[in-house]
Amino acid sequence: MMPKNRPKTASDEKAPIPVLHVAHSPHLCQTARTTQRMMIDVVIAVTPLLVVSFFVFRWYAVKQIAVCLAGCLAAEVIFTKMRRRSLSLSDWSATVTGIILALSLPGPAPWYVGVIASFVSIGIGKIIFGGIGMNIFNPAMVGRAFVMIAFAGNLAASGYVDPMSPIDAMTQATPMDAFKQTGATATLSALFWGLTNGSLGETSAVACIIGGFYLCLRRTASWEIPVGVILSAGVMAGIANLADLQSHWTVLHHLLGGSLLFGAFFIATDPVSSPLAPKGKFIFGVGVGFFIMLLRFYSGYPEGVMFAVLLMNALTPLINHWTIPRTFGEK
Amino acid sequence: MNSFAHGIHPPERKNLVADKAIEIIPPPEKVILPLLQNVGAPCEPVVRPKQDVSFGDPVCRGGAPVSASLHSPVSGRVQKISVTTLANGRHVKAIFIKTEGEQLSGRALWEEIFGGDWPMQNIQKYDPQEIIAAIYSAGIVGQGGAAFPTHVKLMPGKKKTLDTVLINGCECEPYLNADFRLMIEAPGPVVCGALLIGRVTGAEEIIIGIEDNKPEAVESLKKATFGTGIKIAVLKTKYPQGSEKQLIQAVLRRKVPLGGLPPDVGVVVNNVGTAASVARAVIKGKPVTHRIVSVTGAGIADPKNLLVPIGICFDELIKFCGGLTMDAARLIAGGPMTGFAFTNLETPVTKGTGGLIALTQKDVRKAKETSCIRCGRCVDVCPMNLVPTRLALASRQKNLDLLEKYNIQGCFECGCCAYICPAGIPLVQLIRAGKALSVASKKK
Ligand code: SF4
Ligand code: SF4
Repeated sequence: MMPKNRPKTASDEKAPIPVLHVAHSPHLCQTARTTQRMMIDVVIAVTPLLVVSFFVFRWYAVKQIAVCLAGCLAAEVIFTKMRRRSLSLSDWSATVTGIILALSLPGPAPWYVGVIASFVSIGIGKIIFGGIGMNIFNPAMVGRAFVMIAFAGNLAASGYVDPMSPIDAMTQATPMDAFKQTGATATLSALFWGLTNGSLGETSAVACIIGGFYLCLRRTASWEIPVGVILSAGVMAGIANLADLQSHWTVLHHLLGGSLLFGAFFIATDPVSSPLAPKGKFIFGVGVGFFIMLLRFYSGYPEGVMFAVLLMNALTPLINHWTIPRTFGEK
Repeated sequence: MNSFAHGIHPPERKNLVADKAIEIIPPPEKVILPLLQNVGAPCEPVVRPKQDVSFGDPVCRGGAPVSASLHSPVSGRVQKISVTTLANGRHVKAIFIKTEGEQLSGRALWEEIFGGDWPMQNIQKYDPQEIIAAIYSAGIVGQGGAAFPTHVKLMPGKKKTLDTVLINGCECEPYLNADFRLMIEAPGPVVCGALLIGRVTGAEEIIIGIEDNKPEAVESLKKATFGTGIKIAVLKTKYPQGSEKQLIQAVLRRKVPLGGLPPDVGVVVNNVGTAASVARAVIKGKPVTHRIVSVTGAGIADPKNLLVPIGICFDELIKFCGGLTMDAARLIAGGPMTGFAFTNLETPVTKGTGGLIALTQKDVRKAKETSCIRCGRCVDVCPMNLVPTRLALASRQKNLDLLEKYNIQGCFECGCCAYICPAGIPLVQLIRAGKALSVASKKK
């Protein structure tokens, strides 16, 4: 009656019956994008940045990344143990925080700066709020802001420069600072390829764009955020250019220089600390771009990505409130 | 291509049974006919234990305004009227009938249900009131899953004029092929039923919506509708294209207001299977006794599309399809996105059951649940443009104000949000609890 080679089934008299269980619908779920996979995506996406930083800053980069990674993982272990929670290293989020933090620091910063920044990132940036998903601010930026204030010297523009360094890039001021101090303009190609001084991950525009595109294509990062940042920063830079036609620091310099692209693709896109709905994400991006430019123009610092992101993080609950999507068919 | 906003693309897995012609299951030894198979009130039995019934005899009358009557799909003897459990977990009274004597089966049964002539011209000669009466006495309910009594649906309030009838042939749930096979193997009753529904409602336009992953069904219906004025709308394959509001948006670009129903925008939506039943009721005067069910999934040894009597137990379906494989892990009545998991194989097929799916552990593998990472993917996919993560949170906190603020009643439990969530949060389950909470609070 039935083909002989059919698989063993429960209706065979003595065959064991498969174990059935019930659960709520839906009974299918996608497996391509889990929390863990999204974190691994970020690690994949930063590889071009790591490559450039190893190439430009050599062992400075290696050391800083090792310190921050070790620091963040250790902090995660210690703090979760203290809260008696089950350990969550497998979600890779501490790894991501460590890498992003390291890439936002200058190469010459001493090891303890990295360690302290790591512990603040994980402890105050994340764990205090209740762990992954609960934090308001981008953890890496919390850690970086702390050391920026506590070790002002190491993180100020001069902290990036080591005149004795065997590494070429590090003997010069960062392009952003050089411009702010002396009006010297870096060539666009140097900014594009990344052969300049700066935080480890920010120097190469092309690396940020490659990694950033990957993140957006994977939908791990929401494209609305980088688009918002770049648009608003571009518009503001354009207005500044029109107001001062003599300036050699053009819109493209603004976009490719400093950590604008690094911030737009890798920092502002942290899902936890950015808004939920697409419109909110765009507004968030526009806000980040706006504050970056405002800080670049008017603050004492040459760069403003970190403060811009933290500021918009603080505004995120408000943005979420303003941008509740209108329900289908709602008047 | 026409579509609705948002939604997801789950794996289709239709090819397990897409090419398999409908087989007719032999008459079972018994059927269990639950008195409540539809949205609304249960019907009233009109038979007593030990009474003989023959094929098509009414066993139950729908008394309440929103209820449907019930007929015996076999000839036999009523054993008892007792309680059974439906796949959705509800305990309801049911009539147990033991089959006895000659039964209609095989090709003869197919001819009885789908054979013969299905008029497609001169539909004017059928009186709307008589059509409604025929639908009512045939016990027709929506066969797409919702199981809303059809005669009620076709008689909306006097003030609302209907200008369009949509016939839903999307079958957007993965795995299922019941409607697909019906459109290919019996397009006649579908088209005739669509015309009759058009006649009842007085609508000028009748459109059949089909997803573009079913070109054979589109072909088949194009041929069958030739000269009838019925239009075919080919829609993008996306879940939940077959949900009423989404279908209306996709085909007509109209938005049913929140809390409203399709008649509010002049539309009534009926499933292709329902249309076929309407034709059978009006043209042949025959009730709903059988339906097509896809028995499929990696946990079924030999997946098939079957024509089965209402009330047959899932056990019989599984046996007819070679049994379960050893790695079967979850049985689902309906589709995998909205269907109900059950374990009791004595559960009967109801009028709204379009599929029996056996998933394996691999299919249902769920990642460990983590906290919400506020990625907003659930917002991106929600066809109702809700904020599922907030609804889930509000439900967890039992915060009624927040539930209302985020329009919890707009959710129709399609499951898109829970499907996509990277954190593996059981969003639909939480939202369902929240809905119950908010409904309960309003009753007070
Ligand atoms: S998809 Fe899941 S993790 Fe993402 S916002 Fe929605 S509930 Fe949170
Ligand atoms: S909230 Fe409701 S309607 Fe929206 S995706 Fe989730 S289940 Fe579907």
